[in-house]
Amino acid sequence: MPELTPPRREFRNINALNDLPTYRLPAAGWVSILHRISGALMFLLLPLIVWLFDTSVSSEISHDRFQAAFAAGIGFVPGWFLKLMVLAIIWAYLHHLIAGVRHLYMDMTHSVTKEFGKSSAVVTLVLSIGLTVVLGAKLFGLY
Amino acid sequence: MSVNYGSKRVVTGAGYGMRDWLAQRVTAALFALLTLIVVLQVIFTSGPLGYEGWAAIFAPQWMKALSFAVFVALAYHIWIGMRDIWMDYVKPAGIRLVLHVFTIVWLVACLGWAVQVLWRL
Repeated sequence: MPELTPPRREFRNINALNDLPTYRLPAAGWVSILHRISGALMFLLLPLIVWLFDTSVSSEISHDRFQAAFAAGIGFVPGWFLKLMVLAIIWAYLHHLIAGVRHLYMDMTHSVTKEFGKSSAVVTLVLSIGLTVVLGAKLFGLY
Repeated sequence: MSVNYGSKRVVTGAGYGMRDWLAQRVTAALFALLTLIVVLQVIFTSGPLGYEGWAAIFAPQWMKALSFAVFVALAYHIWIGMRDIWMDYVKPAGIRLVLHVFTIVWLVACLGWAVQVLWRL
């Protein structure tokens, strides 16, 4: 049977480099894309997370090594860089957790109005960034 | 009807729907629960936590068993999430296959390490 239908034109609605920087996302949009980014970030940093768990909990000797890594660095990695990585994990975890709880709450209570989407997204962003600042200040020894 | 088998098969989909939706929420709730258990113990430890206090949280047999189950659940959660990301952004089947294999190896390796840490405490 001959091909009767002409090949269909392919429509692509975004061009990542040209369009994404000009998009003005609403709060819920930011929560959504950051949920994905924070998840991917933690996936990539997973070996570091397991290493932190391993050295902190395995023995007193490894725990000393764990603490020294933050104070003086470990191997070729300086301490401030390790702290920066851990700060990224802290933010990613907080954002992912709070955005996830928001999802669960919406599923359970059927809160799917536009207003709730916006207000809960703002709460998510404020809480995750606020807690990151508080814990990050502790991490960098500001208090 | 478009052809969707043999060499023309569209390589997409992974049983989307109820199963993954529910799995993603149940595994997330389990990890939130484990987080809560750990954070509460850290907060309510009197005095500085130190090595002893930190290791004591994971020492009881029930905590090891629970953590083990939750780590496995979490690995499945990460698999669903990363697979969704690859499926959204990476269209060529060959590259996607490589990324899927990388994701599984990465996850199973990290899971094995975490479980080893847990059970030798």
